[in-house]
Amino acid sequence: MRKMTKAGWATMIGMIALAILPPYFLLTGQAFYVDLATRLVILGIAAVSLNLILGYGGMVSFGHAAFIGLGAYAVGITSYHATWGGFDLIASYNGLLQLILALSISAIYALVTGAISLRTKGVYFLMITMAFGQMAFFLFQSLDVYNGDDGLTIDVRSELPFINLDSPMQLYILSYVSLAVAMLLVKTIVNSRFGMVLQGAKDNNERMVTLGYNTYFYRLAAYVISGVMCGYAGFLLGNFTTFISPDMMHWTRSGELMFMVILGGTSTALGPTLGSSIFILLEEILSSITLYWHLPFGVILIVVVMFVRGGLMGLFKGKGE
Amino acid sequence: MDYTLLFAQVLNGLQLGLLLFLVASGLTLVFGILDFVNLAHGSIYMVGAFICASLTLLVGNFLLAVLIALPLTGLVGYAVERVVARKLYDKDHLDHVLGTFGLVLVLDTLAQIIWGPAGITVPLPAWLNGQVELFDGALIPSFRLLIIGTGLVVAGGLFWLVNYTRLGMLIRAGASNRTMVSALGIDIQFLFALVFALGAVLAGLAGMLISPITGTSIGMGGQIIITAFVVIIIGGVGSMKGAFIAALLIGLIDTLGRSFLDTLFALVMSENAAETAAPAIAAMMIYILMAIVLVVKPQGLFPPKVR
Repeated sequence: MRKMTKAGWATMIGMIALAILPPYFLLTGQAFYVDLATRLVILGIAAVSLNLILGYGGMVSFGHAAFIGLGAYAVGITSYHATWGGFDLIASYNGLLQLILALSISAIYALVTGAISLRTKGVYFLMITMAFGQMAFFLFQSLDVYNGDDGLTIDVRSELPFINLDSPMQLYILSYVSLAVAMLLVKTIVNSRFGMVLQGAKDNNERMVTLGYNTYFYRLAAYVISGVMCGYAGFLLGNFTTFISPDMMHWTRSGELMFMVILGGTSTALGPTLGSSIFILLEEILSSITLYWHLPFGVILIVVVMFVRGGLMGLFKGKGE
Repeated sequence: MDYTLLFAQVLNGLQLGLLLFLVASGLTLVFGILDFVNLAHGSIYMVGAFICASLTLLVGNFLLAVLIALPLTGLVGYAVERVVARKLYDKDHLDHVLGTFGLVLVLDTLAQIIWGPAGITVPLPAWLNGQVELFDGALIPSFRLLIIGTGLVVAGGLFWLVNYTRLGMLIRAGASNRTMVSALGIDIQFLFALVFALGAVLAGLAGMLISPITGTSIGMGGQIIITAFVVIIIGGVGSMKGAFIAALLIGLIDTLGRSFLDTLFALVMSENAAETAAPAIAAMMIYILMAIVLVVKPQGLFPPKVR
């Protein structure tokens, strides 16, 4: 067996902690912490998906929150019509149908915006993805049918076979398993031939093009995969909060997702999950201390950007890794 | 069609476009010279508006308040450059974005602590509060005319500054080769800080001019910064001419889209469908325009020749 690296051990310990702690909290009657853990794990999936393109692909997407919103609205809109009538084609509580809808809408949105955005690179790409994210935000804000800015309450959660999403523990387990699968998936992709081309294009695009790879299509494929994964996180988040609003897609949400990835450490397996964990805990602690918690939060962000190279996972790196 | 309404909306679009230009010009100046992405630019726009609003209530005269608030906003910009931005220049764009995103959180929360969450309504002097009859039946609020006039004058001044003065020459030289400029004995650090402060003054001015119409609010910076980014993407990042043309284009398209799209849609679809679709399409229109421009010209309409 291959010798485990320090980062590998940290990953294993982190994932075991996430598997053990929430059930423990539930058994000891601290349901609040299960909620916290669920939010943390779902945002972890979104951060993992962002890391695939940001960390390994070098595509700094500043509009990733749009996918969360699309996934959540796929649940919200179908459920809304199933409750209040209208739009019979998609009106349903059926979770599988909602999931397929969430994933395919995310895929189409990623394909269209990705095809345009990837014509540019660097800072242009960053700004364009941000602008597309805002476009999605304003679109849902202007849809009065779904309460626009005020958002939608999801009255009935997705109905899935074997799993009851109304049970906090089952929702947590589904989210946790999804996170583990997402991390494995990204690891597999990164270590595959496809992932090698993607990372090669990040390091030296011209060389990869000269070697005969059409890096544009590799990047687009990675962008779509990442978007679909993030849409899945949105599907879970909608079911978790049972309230959705355009605010989920606001550019500051995308910025927070980026912060999670950078804080934990880009291009690492555990980094995004670690980042989302610290982020959510920090938010929780600071907001319980002061109403103006964004102030220390912003200062921490600036300090991290200035002084912490390679994120928190950088601390686990041994020599020569 | 109602031509007076059309005329009024064209003026409104022009006004929005010029305000956007004031914000975007600072953004594109800082990016062109410092290669720095500044998300906090919108927060400086907000800070400028709040400083001016407090001063208006204090001294009782809006124009005097603007004159005092402009250098103060420049100082805020200078402080931001010295404390945070300067330390980020050497890092990559991702770090710029995250660092200045942190700055947005800090500045917005500070504004909330200082001025409260409610925002301020800015009163105008009586002679600015009236309306002017431009021609038969077309009444235009005189303050809107002032905004348009100020915007055009500032835009002209900025073109003159960048293209025909020694400072502008240094700015353009710094944009194409900063090492060379600094080797020729120019204090490049100070030049950078100056440009940053200039951008802050321009953004602050935009905030001050809009506040008597919309009032000041904590979230106002986050709203305009994205549109300003769309402007500089369409215009070509770093190009002043591009920013000007794109800002006017976006101001007009956004304003006219929001007021006339439903009438236009009603010609081809049912009244009901038009009322649902028009606001949604109108909200997305500037982004659709951006997408179309990028498909044709990935570098924007007027990509700068250097770099």
